[in-house]
Amino acid sequence: MKIGIPKALLYYKYRIMWRSFLEDLNCEVVVSPNTNKAIMDTGENYSIDESCTSAKIFMGHVSWLIGKCDYILIPRIESYANGDTVCTKFYALYDICRSTFPEAKFICYNVDYAHHQTEWKAYKQLGEALGASVFHTRRAYLNAKNELTVYEKILQSNQDDLIHSDNLKVLIVSHPYNIYDEMLGTPIIRFLKDLNVDVFFADIPDSADMCAKSKHLSRSMYWHYNKEIVGSISHYESIIDGIIFLTTFPCGPDSLTVELLLRKIKGIPMTNLVVDSNTGEAGLHTRIESFIDIIAEKKKRGDEYVG
Amino acid sequence: MSAKIISFPHIGSYHVPIKFLLNALAGKGNKAISPPPITKKTLELGTKHSPDFVCIPFKYNLGNYIEVLENGANVLVQTSGGCRMGFYGEVQEQILRDLGYELDFYTIDAERGSAMDFYKAFKDINPKLSITYSIAAFAVATRMAYAIDGIEEFIRKNIGFELETGSFERMEKQFLHALAQATNVIQVGKVYREYLLKFQALPICKPSNPKKVGVVGELYIVMEPFSNYCIEKELAKFGMEVTRFLTISYRLFSKKHTAEYVLKNTGSYLKYDIGADATDSVGKSLDLARAGYDGIIHLKPFGCTPEVNSMPIVQRISQDFKIPVLYFSFDSQTSETGVKTRLEAFADMIDMKVASQ
Repeated sequence: MKIGIPKALLYYKYRIMWRSFLEDLNCEVVVSPNTNKAIMDTGENYSIDESCTSAKIFMGHVSWLIGKCDYILIPRIESYANGDTVCTKFYALYDICRSTFPEAKFICYNVDYAHHQTEWKAYKQLGEALGASVFHTRRAYLNAKNELTVYEKILQSNQDDLIHSDNLKVLIVSHPYNIYDEMLGTPIIRFLKDLNVDVFFADIPDSADMCAKSKHLSRSMYWHYNKEIVGSISHYESIIDGIIFLTTFPCGPDSLTVELLLRKIKGIPMTNLVVDSNTGEAGLHTRIESFIDIIAEKKKRGDEYVG
Repeated sequence: MSAKIISFPHIGSYHVPIKFLLNALAGKGNKAISPPPITKKTLELGTKHSPDFVCIPFKYNLGNYIEVLENGANVLVQTSGGCRMGFYGEVQEQILRDLGYELDFYTIDAERGSAMDFYKAFKDINPKLSITYSIAAFAVATRMAYAIDGIEEFIRKNIGFELETGSFERMEKQFLHALAQATNVIQVGKVYREYLLKFQALPICKPSNPKKVGVVGELYIVMEPFSNYCIEKELAKFGMEVTRFLTISYRLFSKKHTAEYVLKNTGSYLKYDIGADATDSVGKSLDLARAGYDGIIHLKPFGCTPEVNSMPIVQRISQDFKIPVLYFSFDSQTSETGVKTRLEAFADMIDMKVASQ
């Protein structure tokens, strides 16, 4: 069986796990290509115009996959614990796609810890739908989970290696599906690396640890994915020279979270880049360049002062 | 220590029960006040200090807070919902503090918290508060909310057919005034029954088979007439009977028990809950379509994620049942004329549709 995976949203968080799990259950995995202008435009055509850009891109990927696989995998995530929910977009993606593309076939797994639907239960049902036995599913699930943990550990240690470098260090605070998307975050990261800046990613440090650390900055935040990236600010506070918030227009959780952080964090230069499908690269480059100039100057003066 | 003056943001006519409840719980020496009625100024104030693309209820709430703080309030209360509304409180508190106001801010989490959290918050304001007393006060406020919902339902169904222009609105004002004087459940019931009879006695000229439209959408925009340019009354002017399901009493008390049923009732349209009130929007649209309504109006603030989620599905229902749906999205820049023109066109279209059948 051929399973299609859209290269957007949760792909960047769970790709290792999905691929391992599905291949273990003898499925062939088809992943849509990197986001390009065509995918973005198709996505926009298939979305309500007020959806966030990340979700529009997702629709473009789903549309690309139709006809190239038997089923398209769209997970439905509601919560990771009581009071630890995610953006409502993730609640609805499966139903939205079913309504928008009635001709396509989708498979789904539903994670909702607040209503006793754990990740294992979700994968068990997914395995059942794919025709695998419970034992086979269980083994595949544990293997996949393990692979994901190992991969995350490698990323973490790679990032920790950067701590001792002398370059400017900038923390990118955004969701993985924005940071690593070919049309949204990647050009920005590339540009920063060209400027000889060490880039730290907010999504890489350990999730549970970060959720706990997010309490320093916000007492009532309940979005799991936002807690993860907000926690990393407290985590790296002492070593970074600047923070870049990267938001897609009009992201609901980020609209409030970034406002709160901009008001609460003192002493670290910050900038907020809002991108959508029409954002021009030139304008972004100018803003990033001047931001890097500012933090470079600040660092230089700070060193002189101390010296 | 100075007296505590408690306040809250506006939503529809519910300032009457909310003010009653807060007044009852505030204790001796403290009191609750309503913010000044929402005006253009409120929205401007709120927009000025809000993040760029936050949804518009945030801006209205913030405008209410600033205006009432200027009127002397020093304790503010905010509730929360299933969407980003749950995070309003913390950000608003931060913004108000940055503006230099001295205040206590309480967020009562209706979605994730319990009734006990509510009690604890007020125990903090008024240490002498007892549980039995709060339950009694809560019961009266609840009865008031039900009374308002009952009366408003009658108004929506009949205001389009009033013979004397403005008679319903005048009576509604009197009703709210009388309701605000009530202090216990029996009095509230009396006021409700008295005014329901008075409303029924108002002269109307209603055809036996009127055109019917339903309103669905996001909680705040649907319930606060200022934020939707009194869309229900505008609709009624075209001689329509307006139905809406989303009221405070539904949201706070019935939803818990009916959520599962609503989801099941959407059949093949929805498999899972799609967040906040969006599942209701889909479920109720389907109910309206099945009941043979002439049209559906879908309201939401700009960028409301749950309602945007519901739109492709409502659109599908519209195609399957051949029922017209008009979508409105409200922001601080929405023009009233634009809304009215679209409504008029919608009403004309329904007229033509009815005539052709």
